Amino acid sequence: MTGDIAYLGYGLAAIGPGIGVGLIFAAYINGVARQPEARGMLQTIAFTGMAITEALAILGLVFAFVFQG
Amino acid sequence: MLTHTLSGIGSVAGEGGFQTPGVEAFWWPLIGEGAMAFTRPALVLLLSVGMIAWFFAGTARLSVVPTKRQFMVEGVYNFVRNTIGRDIIGSKDFIQFLPLLLTLFSLILLNNVFGILPFIQYPTMSRLGVPLVLTLIVYIVYHTVAIRRKHGVLPYLKSLVPPGLPGWLKPILFVLEFLTYFLIRPLTLALRLMGNMLAGHLMLLVFILGGEYLLLHGENLFLNFSGILAFGFSIGMSFFELLIEFLQAFIFTLLAALYISDAVSEHH
Repeated sequence: MTGDIAYLGYGLAAIGPGIGVGLIFAAYINGVARQPEARGMLQTIAFTGMAITEALAILGLVFAFVFQG
Repeated sequence: MLTHTLSGIGSVAGEGGFQTPGVEAFWWPLIGEGAMAFTRPALVLLLSVGMIAWFFAGTARLSVVPTKRQFMVEGVYNFVRNTIGRDIIGSKDFIQFLPLLLTLFSLILLNNVFGILPFIQYPTMSRLGVPLVLTLIVYIVYHTVAIRRKHGVLPYLKSLVPPGLPGWLKPILFVLEFLTYFLIRPLTLALRLMGNMLAGHLMLLVFILGGEYLLLHGENLFLNFSGILAFGFSIGMSFFELLIEFLQAFIFTLLAALYISDAVSEHH
């Protein structure tokens, strides 16, 4: 079996952001369930947080391509 | 074109087994070669621009009882106007950014859907150049707006650090905020779209080409049967892709609106 260890590294690097994004949206759903009228405001906050958290996974993807081969 | 696809990028039977499709499957020069080649994504992009122009030309003659096309145009417009523009940027400033947001949303959505539309089947946004240019436009817009609103470059840079912090923390936070605004935000905006489209299309390629290989070149009946299973999975995955494609167009436009709303807001 041959392959590139960079992809394995990316898989490991995606664990953290995956958990983070899950936590953010769990909190968002909780918030909307408790107070549906705050949806608009919470949505902005949730997506900002997601953009920042996901940045780590996206940088990992880029590094997987940079360091391959 | 389909047979060319199958033999060109995926499994080549008799040459040492199955070759996993890779990133090179996305390089499709049609006319010419090298950096200046006219490629398949360029063709798809031109097609999408033509289709969007035709689509929105339906608003040239508006009627009280809408035709089907006018109804669809109004649906897309209302979605971008209310859900993205008004809710994020705020009812005071959003109308001047609406053309940009509507263009971004419709262009990205149509190009993403082209990724699974039969006979076109190429997600233009999986080539980094396309989302990079879109991001560059957003980047210039939100920085220009912010510099105008804060009356100059220096006040804008100063406003990056939130007020009321201890003095020793300010330089550290300034570096972090500067990196966020000028590097991380535009890079992730472009790379998120590109990465999602590339990975989704690659996954479909693996399922379909792997299924084809198992079905036609599998060693026993069990492998042949799992080839059929992989084909079935690829159909399900196509619908999942449709969801992702819509979501990515939405998120790109939403984040663009979010960055613009950050720029137009007085506080911060």
